[in-house]
Amino acid sequence: MENKAIICKDLTKQFGDFKAVDKITFDVDQGEIFGFLGANGAGKTTAMRILCGLSYPTSGEATVAGFNVYKEQELIKKNIGYMSQKFSLYDNLTILENIEFYGGVYGVSRAEIKARSADLVHTLGLEKEAKKLVGELPLGWKQKLAFSVAIFHRPKIVFLDEPTGGVDPITRRQFWDMIYEAAASNITVFVTTHYMDEAEYCNRISIMVDGKVEAMDSPTNLKQRFNTHSMDEVFYQLARGAKRSGD
Amino acid sequence: MIAVSVKNIVKSYGNVSAVDDVSFDVKKGELFGLIGPDGAGKTSIFRILTTLLLADSGTATVAGFDVVSEYQQIRNRVGYMPGRFSLYQDLTVKENLTFFATIFGTTIQENYTLIKEIYDQIKPFNDRRAGKLSGGMKQKLALCCALIHKPDVLFLDEPTTGVDVVSRKEFWEMLAKLKEQHITIVVSTPYMDEARLCDRIALIQGGKIMSIDEPAAMVKNFPKTLFAAKADNIYRLLEDLRSDPSIESCYAFGEYLHLTLKSDEDHKDAIFAVANKYSPANLVVEKITASIEDSFIRLMRDRAITKEFNQVNDGK
Repeated sequence: MENKAIICKDLTKQFGDFKAVDKITFDVDQGEIFGFLGANGAGKTTAMRILCGLSYPTSGEATVAGFNVYKEQELIKKNIGYMSQKFSLYDNLTILENIEFYGGVYGVSRAEIKARSADLVHTLGLEKEAKKLVGELPLGWKQKLAFSVAIFHRPKIVFLDEPTGGVDPITRRQFWDMIYEAAASNITVFVTTHYMDEAEYCNRISIMVDGKVEAMDSPTNLKQRFNTHSMDEVFYQLARGAKRSGD
Repeated sequence: MIAVSVKNIVKSYGNVSAVDDVSFDVKKGELFGLIGPDGAGKTSIFRILTTLLLADSGTATVAGFDVVSEYQQIRNRVGYMPGRFSLYQDLTVKENLTFFATIFGTTIQENYTLIKEIYDQIKPFNDRRAGKLSGGMKQKLALCCALIHKPDVLFLDEPTTGVDVVSRKEFWEMLAKLKEQHITIVVSTPYMDEARLCDRIALIQGGKIMSIDEPAAMVKNFPKTLFAAKADNIYRLLEDLRSDPSIESCYAFGEYLHLTLKSDEDHKDAIFAVANKYSPANLVVEKITASIEDSFIRLMRDRAITKEFNQVNDGK
């Protein structure tokens, strides 16, 4: 049990008659890269909000980093990192200020922030830019920095919501190098994406359709089961019949 | 017959160069794709061509009219679907459509055949406010609104960004049908796999066009033999091969790695020989044809190398 980063059992979220998330059951190992896929409107965002401690489920059970999603939301927030394509860093703070801000919010000590941010800036090769505003950075750099900031407080799990949308193909791959590195240091990576080649980089993926998890396995096994060579086709076969299509 | 002609367009915002000496032509009835990541300059080009933004220098014509001196004629002849949703959220489906038709001095009926197939899918929601539609339906309505006056040229700025595989496929099927009606379409996308659905494409990065060609020709012109390899521990294989002196490039591509050799050796045994030094378990190697994404990466790499070379030569 203790090496499970996320455990979900029959997790459900209902808005009136509408079951946004409908009895989903899965678990994610510590250090695993888990791809959370689904069509638009399938319920991914709602499920992710529950797992991040931002929303209560209607029924079912779930623990994240060992904490209960009903009773221990604040502990969940402290033990996870989060980054999305839409929002990640403050454009009008410098790189160092952003790191300091996030480190501070997550309760990392001043001395630690100082030491770790020097390391981080060095690893990313951003020494020259450290005192520049984040808004001036190219998108690719911003996304790489955002990811580093999201795991700055060494969370057990990091949630990535379409982290590579719109990024060039080389940077996209460098971003995945960083994901692999994080997973190798035993951080669990929970990631959503619309790029099917990225689904292949995950240890396991789940595909949600109309609120339910319709498939969950390693990419290789899924392709085998659907008798195809491409994840695109697996996704298409599963999601084609979806009745819902949301934002 | 040329529908869109762009010559040496330059546009900067402060000291950020967004469009850097871009030139291309789009033939009448062509489906032309601008393929590149965010910040490549795609939206600036669209805004210049739809006469919403003035270029710093260079010239462009759309449907034969100059984007500066004849902007009014252009505005009546183009349909534009911006990247961000552009409909009136408080108006219903029908009201939005009527509004756009009226603005262009036409009616929904006049060019009904053009939008029929797409409109039929959202018609059941005629009285629903646009703001309450799902993403896929909004996209369809926006396309109908951009088509309602039967434009000569249709500009679609990242119509499929953030949209799932199923809806993306449907959208491109709609474009293929519009093409049959002889509408010139200029479309941008960050998804490289969509490039092959265009007649011709321009690969764009950092405000510069790296290459323009038919998708098939572009991949055919990939300058090296491309191999795909995989093994049980793919990440390990990636690191090993990337650090090997005989490997020129090595990138992850779904379940495989794509790689090129520094030498011109074009048999897969050469890759086996290199990879087996690291004794990977269950190694598979194949010779493959490049994709647009392979070409894009190659061009980006070449440009980065040239830039470094120039900097060295400049004494920097």
